[in-house]
Amino acid sequence: MLASRVLPSPAPMHIPDGFLSLGVALACWVLAAVGVGLALWRSGKALGERQVPLMGVLAAFIFAAQMLNFTVAGGTSGHLLGGTLAAILLGPWAGILTMTTVVAIQALLFQDGGLLVMGANVLNMALIATLVGYGVYRGVLALARGRRWGLFVGGFVAAWASVVVAAVATAVQLAFSGTSPLGLALPAMAGVHVLIGIGEGLITVGALAFVAAVRRDLLEPTVAVGGGLRWAVVGLALAVAVALLAPLASPHPDGLERVAEDLGFSQVVRPAPFNVIPDYVLPGIPNQTLATIAAGVVGTLIVAGIAFAVARARRQAVSDGL
Amino acid sequence: MHISSLDTYRPRASLIHALDARVKLVLAVLFIVATALTPDGAWPAYVLLAGLALGVAVASQLGVGFVLRRSAVALPFALAAVAVVFTTPGRPLLAVHVFGWELAPTGAGLVRFASSVLKSWLSVQMAVVLTASTRFPDLLQAMRSLRLPRMLVAIAGFAYRYIFVIGDEALRLLRARASRSGAPEGRGGGSVLWRARVTGGMAGSLFLRSIERSERIYSAMLARGYDGEVRSLRPAALHSRDVLIALPFALLLVAIQLLARLR
Repeated sequence: MLASRVLPSPAPMHIPDGFLSLGVALACWVLAAVGVGLALWRSGKALGERQVPLMGVLAAFIFAAQMLNFTVAGGTSGHLLGGTLAAILLGPWAGILTMTTVVAIQALLFQDGGLLVMGANVLNMALIATLVGYGVYRGVLALARGRRWGLFVGGFVAAWASVVVAAVATAVQLAFSGTSPLGLALPAMAGVHVLIGIGEGLITVGALAFVAAVRRDLLEPTVAVGGGLRWAVVGLALAVAVALLAPLASPHPDGLERVAEDLGFSQVVRPAPFNVIPDYVLPGIPNQTLATIAAGVVGTLIVAGIAFAVARARRQAVSDGL
Repeated sequence: MHISSLDTYRPRASLIHALDARVKLVLAVLFIVATALTPDGAWPAYVLLAGLALGVAVASQLGVGFVLRRSAVALPFALAAVAVVFTTPGRPLLAVHVFGWELAPTGAGLVRFASSVLKSWLSVQMAVVLTASTRFPDLLQAMRSLRLPRMLVAIAGFAYRYIFVIGDEALRLLRARASRSGAPEGRGGGSVLWRARVTGGMAGSLFLRSIERSERIYSAMLARGYDGEVRSLRPAALHSRDVLIALPFALLLVAIQLLARLR
């Protein structure tokens, strides 16, 4: 059948019905409705009557762009998910609406993602992926101060981060539903998407390079909108929020830890030679959950800090003429 | 080769096809909610739900094979839930040694896993029948009359209309790339980086064609009197036939829920 050949293989990020509990599904619907409602209002103000034809055709574009694939190795192929590309090219509000439409049509027409859990899929792929991607992009752009590499470094890091954070959010929702223990779902989802994210970043940069070469004017308006750092903060805050929720989703000991305890491994495991955050729990905070949350936040901030430090060093190198 | 073969609507002269789109949408969502609410391991309830799904598939004349084949799309996701077999607390059924690991599936874990996969499979079956028996514009109309935001429905309608146009555009890009590329046996030419950049360029080119097309479409709409308002025909009133099918279906779902909880 043509459809099965042309359509991208279902990415493990589209949650089907049955894998989320009703409570989690409804909570995600509420969050998604708030976010999409805000996006409708803001982009409606900006675009007016142009909103419908522009958003509609661009949703079709993202859908079609997901068909463009390239061989990675040994029969596997990478393709675009598009959240970051949409946000960079269209701005965050229009990007959210475009991705929401794509997710809705994938679920309604192709059963790629369920109906009852559509709120969760919209939340992950249209809201979190788009806002985190756009936030990271604006953060790097602000650091680059209009230099050309900002577009490409920003595009790559943003696309990678958006895919990974969305995957982590998916794992958290599965864990909250009791479908998959966080100790397994998180490393599995994050691990796979750390790799998928590289492909996403490369294609996003390729697309940005093409648009920058042919129609640079199209890249200006979304950047001209003020508040670049505000968007960076929004993106970072979302990533931190996902990290915050992760430990709450895991009331039981992790699956791997239980297996290890069954085997009597627990005593055998030697402590790692260096340990920044032992057992993901910050020392000095009595409450276990609180400490785990703090560890998650600190981890996110460290990663963000390293990214910004690298970007700053790169900027220094460029201004030194290297 | 055209992308239009992606359209999931399959015309038939069946009772299900003739049903009002609003009723179909509500019933399908009700079925999925009921499936989600069914407790783990309530096997009689799952059998009845499966029977209901099978009955709808037969009545739709789409062919049971078609519905089952299409509904397999969500099964790979079951991999994400496999772990509960081993991590749900309970009495270990047996111990399997894999690479020095001892895996002990528990009875409760197996029940949880099987229930999740069944829920997903049954839900997808109903969604497949819904989209294969309802034209997408009718489905949008139904969403509109169920008070979904007007703009969102209008955007989805546009997206559906242009998926086929822009999808064809993407296929032409892919064909152009294939006809200019020699692919060594089993792998692509050049480096992965280079291939990714070419694909990115194609996406960028597709974006430019799309945005220019959207500008032409907008001009054409303005020329025909578009003022920002999306107008559509008022949907017809419900037939008595729609109610006659909807009521027993909903009652059956309630009965199955009661049965599942009375165990």
